[in-house]
Amino acid sequence: MYAFDIERPATIGEAVSALTGEAMVLSGGQTLIPTLKSRLADPGKLVSLSGIGEMKGIGLSGRDLQIGGGTVHADVAADGSYKALSELASNIGDPAVRSRGTIGGSIANNDPAACYPAAALASGAIIVTNTREIAADDYFQGMFETALNEGEIVTAVKFPIPDAANYQKFVQPASRFALVGVFVAKYADGVRVAVTGASNEGVHRWTAAEEALTANFSVSALEGLSVSADNLISDLHGSPEYRAHLIKVMTGRAVTAAS
Amino acid sequence: MPKDDGIGAATVRREDVRFLTGVGQYTDDIKAYGETVAVFARSTVANGVIKSIDTTTAAGMPGVLAIFTGEDFAEVGGNPAGWLINSRDGTPMHEPKRPVLAHGKVRHVGDAYAAVIAETLEQAKNAVEAIEADIEELDAIVNMKDALAGSNYVHDEIGTNQCFDWGWIEDNRDATDAAIKGAHHVTTLELVNNRLVPNAMEPRSSRAEYKAAGDEYVLHTTSQNPHLTRLLISAFVLGIPENKLTVIAPDVGGGFGSKIYHYGEEALVLAAAKKLGRPVTWTADRTEAFLTDAHGRDHVTKIELAMDAEGNFLAFRTETLANVGAYLSNFSTATPTFLHGTLMAGNYTVPNVYVNVKAVFTNTAPVDAYRGAGRPEATYSLERVIDKAAREIGRDPIELRRQNFIKPDQYPFASAAGLEYDSGNYDALMDKMEEVADMAGFAARRKASEAKGLLRGFGVNAYIEACGIAPSNLVGVLGSRVGLYDAATVRVNATGNLSVMVGAHSHGQGHETAFPQVVAEMLGIDASTIDIVHGDTSKIPFGMGTYGSRSLAVCGSAVVRATEKVINKAKKIAAHMLEVSDGDIELKDGQFSVAGTDKSVSFGEVALKAYIPHEFPLEDIEPGLEETAFYDPANFTYPSGAYCCEVELDPETGKVSVERMTAVDDFGNVINPMIVTGQVHGGLGQGIGQALLENTTYDENGQLLSASYMDYTMPRADDLPFYTVDHSQGNPCTHNPLGVKGCGEAGAIGSPPTVVNAVIDAMQSGGKNVTHIDMPVTPHRVWSAMQNA
Repeated sequence: MYAFDIERPATIGEAVSALTGEAMVLSGGQTLIPTLKSRLADPGKLVSLSGIGEMKGIGLSGRDLQIGGGTVHADVAADGSYKALSELASNIGDPAVRSRGTIGGSIANNDPAACYPAAALASGAIIVTNTREIAADDYFQGMFETALNEGEIVTAVKFPIPDAANYQKFVQPASRFALVGVFVAKYADGVRVAVTGASNEGVHRWTAAEEALTANFSVSALEGLSVSADNLISDLHGSPEYRAHLIKVMTGRAVTAAS
Repeated sequence: MPKDDGIGAATVRREDVRFLTGVGQYTDDIKAYGETVAVFARSTVANGVIKSIDTTTAAGMPGVLAIFTGEDFAEVGGNPAGWLINSRDGTPMHEPKRPVLAHGKVRHVGDAYAAVIAETLEQAKNAVEAIEADIEELDAIVNMKDALAGSNYVHDEIGTNQCFDWGWIEDNRDATDAAIKGAHHVTTLELVNNRLVPNAMEPRSSRAEYKAAGDEYVLHTTSQNPHLTRLLISAFVLGIPENKLTVIAPDVGGGFGSKIYHYGEEALVLAAAKKLGRPVTWTADRTEAFLTDAHGRDHVTKIELAMDAEGNFLAFRTETLANVGAYLSNFSTATPTFLHGTLMAGNYTVPNVYVNVKAVFTNTAPVDAYRGAGRPEATYSLERVIDKAAREIGRDPIELRRQNFIKPDQYPFASAAGLEYDSGNYDALMDKMEEVADMAGFAARRKASEAKGLLRGFGVNAYIEACGIAPSNLVGVLGSRVGLYDAATVRVNATGNLSVMVGAHSHGQGHETAFPQVVAEMLGIDASTIDIVHGDTSKIPFGMGTYGSRSLAVCGSAVVRATEKVINKAKKIAAHMLEVSDGDIELKDGQFSVAGTDKSVSFGEVALKAYIPHEFPLEDIEPGLEETAFYDPANFTYPSGAYCCEVELDPETGKVSVERMTAVDDFGNVINPMIVTGQVHGGLGQGIGQALLENTTYDENGQLLSASYMDYTMPRADDLPFYTVDHSQGNPCTHNPLGVKGCGEAGAIGSPPTVVNAVIDAMQSGGKNVTHIDMPVTPHRVWSAMQNA
């Protein structure tokens, strides 16, 4: 990697002040550190969020779960107050990744095959930053694209806990990211379905399935639906048609598991 | 003799203590005063003309000590092919020069065209980025069929991309054609044996020191055969006299074939160390390993099996395109020919075999031997086409194989592919497999899978392989440019402990445990007093190293011969001490005794006498107790096995999981059953990896798309089932003193067709008429095949 300076602020305010020039946020580093090691980035300065206590921890208030942006996957996995979310966290990467990677880092990076964006979008989560709150529907804007401004930090994610939910990940065999991951969440006012891993547009909702499942939350509601392969990812591990097929299969499995 | 550490004991591997506690000494661990680091500039295009390389800026950067380009090595030799193959028309194969650094052209992504030596790794990397190379990209030659048809050449000077067109056995060609033409039934199968990246845990690393005082070089390197590496560097590449070059392969973290070969990086660090007078180390990063380690397999094959009306095999005819990549790696020409074609009769009495192999240059990494080396390709072709044939004629796949097996009373058996098998009993292996695999329970297990919405398939395979590649006289006739013996020196120290210097190299095989078990058994002493010395050309006799499951069969036999010489001399010394003739001396449990009396001396007393030869018959016996033996076998050894597995297949997603895997192998006598079991486990992991996961992919521009673990699927523990492994059905090898065969590659040879046969069975059980699917059998491929069936 190229040489860089590192700062470890203790507060969100200090972190924002430290983010000058080409500096990048280090929030667990499970993507950024390999990128640096491959000399694919040269930020000059890293601002580590790992020393910021106010960004860590999980709080439950009624049916609302707030997770600090600096909370590692292992802590979310162990929490259990939003079971489907904890199960999702327990299957990200391996134990080393889960001990270092954070929800804020994952949400800010918005890898098109990451798991957390599916949970956030399907849950209608609120992305909390140092300056504002952003609805998930407005936050995720395509592969690695988000509503975040330059220097804006994801400080927390607020999840309304659904009545029923489940995440099904069909893994890309090498990376074990999602080849297709589907998060289904059932709320009193309707069902939301979010798909990760599949699309050139990044995480997205499958609205036709949402409507069908809102009317009838069972696998049979999906009969007759099909997913278009248009704009789905084509790579070594699967064609757009295969991913389209898997979206429906994984949605069905998530519904079954959530029911 | 304590049976807890002699032959047959499951002695715990002594080397694991250092490996598991982090105190092993690997090449990159070796440091001295004045260390420097080498980093290579590597081509990002698959095919290109080097117009110019400007190193001016790079040379002035901090810490930079030297920069080399291909121009610096224009006058030295190339890295040669170790095996000459003649084409069917008698002409010799094409052997384009493989330079230390690319000169004139780059020929694959990762081809090194310059190297920087600097004080630190980061300084060297910075300088590499500052080298200005003007490389004009040309169309890449990737697909083998296109390579043969086109007029764009990897090596312009030879005017073809075909390295050779080999026929085996050419005299059998017409008879094989006639047998196929007249057969009652012919089954044809076209298949791909997928290219594999070796992925040793320790990447390649080389470190050179130059000692001006004696004009001597020391090369530490990740090698499976340090003497061969020294020979190649001395005789072909740099011309450093062998007596001035020490090659040391210290602890090496896995090889699987990829570290047999000499690579240009070794020559570069040697030249740089001399120029700078300082140690120079290069260690590959994982990307370099993907791009530049010699890959394995990569065959495109059409095979035909001809049968009579009763299902008797009449002929196998094979046409194979074998990718050799951009340059000939040292044994790249032997692997698809004599390690493949000679096995194309399998375990069968088939009278006619003909194999045609065309080796093809492409703008991809060189391809060479990888765990199994030719035999997995042979077994896969045979055992897939037999399975397809059984389905076509409505026969049980096990019964069809049994009908055509060579029977135990037919040994030695001259196969139609030119080998003489010494021993085996394939029906006994199959019997044992059917028993330990609980085949009777398959129907119930299939039902249980189907209740979960999954398909369950059963696959079977019988294999034979040729290990302990030999003998020198034969391989010399067939084109080998090296001998294939091995060597051992048994040194009894004055205080009675032993150092055994061996030509084989252990990089995971457990020699340090298994070889002492042999010597301990022969001498009747405690194995813990015996140490193995390996990997250092200044300490060991000239041996040929470790590959082809040869260490125990060939080098172990040299150890036996040297130990026999030690025993003979020790008996003479004991006879002198006991004042009898040496014919009266017996060795038992570490005691030399006079037959029929209670007079004896211990092994330790004899050793001490040998080195403190007071009252010693110097006119009859030299002092000392140290003997060397070179062993050149009479034949290959022929391990064989019967494998089966059961897979579950999810018809909705195409995902296949191996649920049960049974490997019953005939390894002859077994020295350490725990190590043998471990070798089979490792081979099965790699074989299942090839069958289901490992997906080396070049695009049409010659870019390696699967160049990291984000895209190249290595088998992981949760991809693999618990194995049932049995080696109780050993038929000892008839021609080596231990009666051993070879176990290192068996799992990787036997498992791929077993798995694919089971996948086909699963799809068929789901009503899908899929008769073949290529490896790796990924979920996407399975789903696609089932969509189209």
